[in-house]
Amino acid sequence: MEFDTIAAISTPMGEGAIAIVRLSGDEAFAIADRVFRGMGGKQLESVPSHTIHYGHIVEPSTSAVVEEVMVSVMKGPKTFTREDVIEINCHGGLVTVNQVLQLLLKQGARLAEPGEFTKRAFLNGRIDLSQAEAVMDLIRAKTDRAMSVAMGQMEGRLSKLVQSLRQEILEILAQVEVNIDYPEYDDVEEMTLSMMTEKSAYVRSELQKLLRTSEQGKILRDGLSTVIIGRPNVGKSSLLNSLVHENKAIVTDVPGTTRDVIEEYVNVRGVPLKLVDTAGIRETEDIVERIGVERSRKVLKEADLILLVLNHAEELSEEDRRLFEAVKGMDFIVIVNKTDLPQSLNIDEVKELAAHHPLVATSLLKEQGVDELEEAIASLFFAGSLDAKDSTYVSNSRHIALLHQALQTIEEAIGGAEMGTPVDMVQIDLRRTWEILGEIIGDTVQESLIDQLFSQFCLGK
Amino acid sequence: MVKKFEAGTFDVIVVGAGHAGVEAGLAAARMGAKTLMLTINLDMVAFMPCNPSVGGPAKGIVVREIDALGGQMGRTIDKTHIQMRMLNTGKGPAVRALRAQADKVLYQQDMKETIENEPNITLLQAMVEELIIEDGECTGVVSKTGAVYRAKTTIITAGTFLRGEVIIGDLKYSSGPNNQQPSIGLADHLRGLGFDIVRFKTGTPPRVNSQTIDYSKTEIQPGDDVPRAFSYETTEFITDQLPCWLTYTNEVTHTIIDENLHRSAMYSGMIKGTGPRYCPSIEDKVVRFNDKPRHQIFLEPEGRNTKEVYVQGLSTSLPEDVQQKLLASIPGLEKAQMMRAGYAIEYDAIVPTQLWPTLETKKIKNLYTAGQINGTSGYEEAAGQGLMAGINAARRAFNQEEVILSRSDAYIGVLIDDLVTKGTNEPYRLLTSRAEYRLLLRHDNADLRLKDIGFNIGLVSNESYDRFNGKKELIDAEINRLKAVMIKPDQKTQDLLADIGSSQLKDGIRGSDLLRRPEITYNHIKELSPADADLPFEVEEQVEIQIKYEGYIEKSLQQVDKLKKMENKKIPEGIDYDAITGIASEARQKLRDVRPLSIAQASRISGVNPADISILLVYIEQGKIAKVSGQ
Ligand SMILES: Cc1cc2nc3c(=O)[nH]c(=O)nc-3n(C[C@H](O)[C@H](O)[C@H](O)COP(=O)(O)OP(=O)(O)OC[C@H]3O[C@@H](n4cnc5c(N)ncnc54)[C@H](O)[C@@H]3O)c2cc1C
Ligand SMILES: Nc1nc2c(ncn2[C@@H]2O[C@H](COP(=O)(O)OP(=O)(O)OP(=O)(O)O)[C@@H](O)[C@H]2O)c(=O)[nH]1
Ligand SMILES: [Mg+2]
Repeated sequence: MEFDTIAAISTPMGEGAIAIVRLSGDEAFAIADRVFRGMGGKQLESVPSHTIHYGHIVEPSTSAVVEEVMVSVMKGPKTFTREDVIEINCHGGLVTVNQVLQLLLKQGARLAEPGEFTKRAFLNGRIDLSQAEAVMDLIRAKTDRAMSVAMGQMEGRLSKLVQSLRQEILEILAQVEVNIDYPEYDDVEEMTLSMMTEKSAYVRSELQKLLRTSEQGKILRDGLSTVIIGRPNVGKSSLLNSLVHENKAIVTDVPGTTRDVIEEYVNVRGVPLKLVDTAGIRETEDIVERIGVERSRKVLKEADLILLVLNHAEELSEEDRRLFEAVKGMDFIVIVNKTDLPQSLNIDEVKELAAHHPLVATSLLKEQGVDELEEAIASLFFAGSLDAKDSTYVSNSRHIALLHQALQTIEEAIGGAEMGTPVDMVQIDLRRTWEILGEIIGDTVQESLIDQLFSQFCLGK
Repeated sequence: MVKKFEAGTFDVIVVGAGHAGVEAGLAAARMGAKTLMLTINLDMVAFMPCNPSVGGPAKGIVVREIDALGGQMGRTIDKTHIQMRMLNTGKGPAVRALRAQADKVLYQQDMKETIENEPNITLLQAMVEELIIEDGECTGVVSKTGAVYRAKTTIITAGTFLRGEVIIGDLKYSSGPNNQQPSIGLADHLRGLGFDIVRFKTGTPPRVNSQTIDYSKTEIQPGDDVPRAFSYETTEFITDQLPCWLTYTNEVTHTIIDENLHRSAMYSGMIKGTGPRYCPSIEDKVVRFNDKPRHQIFLEPEGRNTKEVYVQGLSTSLPEDVQQKLLASIPGLEKAQMMRAGYAIEYDAIVPTQLWPTLETKKIKNLYTAGQINGTSGYEEAAGQGLMAGINAARRAFNQEEVILSRSDAYIGVLIDDLVTKGTNEPYRLLTSRAEYRLLLRHDNADLRLKDIGFNIGLVSNESYDRFNGKKELIDAEINRLKAVMIKPDQKTQDLLADIGSSQLKDGIRGSDLLRRPEITYNHIKELSPADADLPFEVEEQVEIQIKYEGYIEKSLQQVDKLKKMENKKIPEGIDYDAITGIASEARQKLRDVRPLSIAQASRISGVNPADISILLVYIEQGKIAKVSGQ
């Protein structure tokens, strides 16, 4: 087979809070074996096809355990792609899943393009001719989605940072190129190895910073917009605080404490959330509170997921019913809070209103039920029903993978420079870094280096 | 209308005897094709209308490539230069480049003589007015005097002559370079055939009389002490070199320009053609970089038997009186007598995406174009294209397979691929940064990259090829020896290491490993562990480069591997892009225009994104599967 081995995170449908890292290609088993430690040291390469194995994914150099996993081993051609396929089932959330992916990439797998598994399935004859057009549509759709996410991020912080790093590198590159192409040009300082090292070290530290924030999930600025609604005093702010694990919102027993919208970013079981605490929605005379209520309604419209909070100790009110009306057709989870207090709520009626939407009982005061809630959020997400934002997740794992590759190449550049390798060879790794960063924002046009050259320096005969 | 008459039948006709034309004609003839070369003025064969120099970064490597393939440029410049320098010696081997200052007149003479001595070439002064097209194929040309020449293939290398217009200040007149006759009939004919044409522009500085220069106010720029040569065939080296000289513009110069900017053709709007960014006129430089207090000016003799000196850095289309003032403001040139004024020239070029990678036009079969007509600029760029067009036109005439250099084979490959795949919106110049595999495309290894090809197509002689194979064997043997030989940590070794500030050995070390230390050269290794016999310098150089930079070379080779895979995925000739669902419309348009030969080429077209490539791949594979299942 002429294809290299590809890897990507693929989220299965309806399997709960599990993410799968899939590997396909000739080297799939060999690559997986380098990071997998199974029971009794068994090798995936030698187990029977279509079997599942428990074990750990480790960092091979240190043997540090990254994740506890189940690994499916499937030998081609009886697989989706007709190639050897490994599926690593992880449950530790986005961060660990990404770590697993990174390990595989370091071991020689290549990050799959959008739609590439399907493409291989076709190219390897798994899908017949009549399905070819559907495959093309799929590739188009997936790529466009990846593109639109990239475009969306153009405005974003990540994209700005990446662009400024690329510019930084581009200037080094341009200076080296000028030194090469115009050796007699006296006005440009000769780019020396130590200058190169210094500038590359800056890029490296910025990349490391970016990756650190990505690990905290904070880079996922446009996570799922998750809005907490409910009548005053039901415990919305308390909910936000317990999901964030910090006291971010003011909690009092005075109804109407939260006057405006509060936003927090949090990573729940690997799912990036932009949590929004709202002013309790009710008819009110207080002007300040009314503005808050208006904003709450607006925020509601833009939400990807709603956390609708009810009070276990009170009967269902007209306002509660109106909230159910307001979230009709949206993804929501019903939270019955204050279960530590005596029940007044008619649970059957709530169940009916909730219909197929998840229902979770909590006592935020006693810190009960939060796990179940997190579970419910994650499974909604991984089940793929929160589809619209799924691309954010996928593309972010892609970005992180690319950032890791960029870091690796810049480290090679620095290593080369420290060894005393000629500037124009160190340039090769630097240029690679620049290209990889370009992939994040969908820009790999070579001309820009030449443009930079002629705009920055006055050259010519 | 003059009466037409049949004037002869050939295998290949080359229109033009500039740098593209001479390589094309010589290559075709040396491959055995009966070749006719037509040019407007026989006294101007291989004329250099601009700077008297050949080579430089990227361009110098092209000259080496031309030589390895059996072309002429390197051999002629080796015989006719006034100085040579190796540039970038302080950097890595990939960017080293040779540059020669040419004796323009001798260069032309040698080139003309070479052509005259080539038995398969008929060289003739004639102005070609039109092509003979039959059934979409070019079968010959017609000259202004009515002569009809027929051939299996035709190559046009008309340079900057097509509807050329010279501009000096507010003066503009119809002319080829250096007041030669412009080529208007042929330009109109090409438009009439439906070719997409762009208008480009370039310029040249004034020339001054050497006897009126005060060199004491300038800095001397001598050639290298070591004898150098472009050609692998050269055995005799010129030792008597002439220097160039360096001086600078100053505030006064810049003020003169500012005050006269309104009289410059560039700024009065008289010039419509697009000029190259890398050859800006002095007025451009002063305007765009107005904070620069001075610009470099190199004074380059145009030859040994002429007093004309080329004022590099002062390219301009300002009026003649202003040019005179500019010169007078520059140290050393205060009293300089201007012998020729600088000028700009506008001309027609054909949009190069209309060409196949063989440089044959897509529109008209058996018609090739090469050189500045294809939107490039520079003698070496022209020569490289000329050579490839000559090779392919001759092979077509003999019904042989085409020869296309890949981006990983040669700068010439990069050049042609860029042109036919991406086109260009300014006169195109090669830069090292255009080559993604430049570590592999070095000055030193042009023969290792290309001699086999040159030999296989019949342009490299048996004798030269044998010599090359001998060299290759020596290189391999020495690399193998160094990978095996252990250098012991004895006194001699430790002393030498201490001398050059390299750390001491604890144990024995392989010769190749020691050579990888940045501060160690092959000469050091040779002292510690000499080869059995004295090796030629080129062999030692190869051994050093290949061992020292093995890791980096390996990385580049891996990327080339990927490229090759994509290149091997051929796109069928008759592919109907309209029939492929899912390709974005911009990409579809581009693919239809460029008609890439392989997936690799398709993926380099701007506006064709990875999704389109995937879909294209699926479509192509689908075709294959369909065939298999249909059997
Ligand atoms: C003013 C000027 C400034 C330049 N400046 C630069 C520069 O700064 N940097 C740079 O890299 N390059 C520069 N060049 C370009 C460089 O000179 C050319 O790129 C190179 O000479 C092109 O080679 P060629 O073979 O394509 O064309 P040319 O060398 O121009 O040769 C064209 C040939 O075609 C012949 N011809 C044309 N029409 C006909 C016809 N109808 N019938 C028969 N024969 C015909 C001519 O007689 C001539 O022999 C400049 C050129 C000019 C004129
Ligand atoms: N007994 C009990 N009290 C709770 C629970 N959760 C929250 N509370 C209390 O309920 C009160 C209101 O909590 P908040 O988090 O401020 O409620 P809110 O909905 O944000 O109120 P507004 O800001 O007014 O909209 C506080 O006194 C909390 O301590 C719970 O599970 N059990
Ligand atoms: Mg609150």
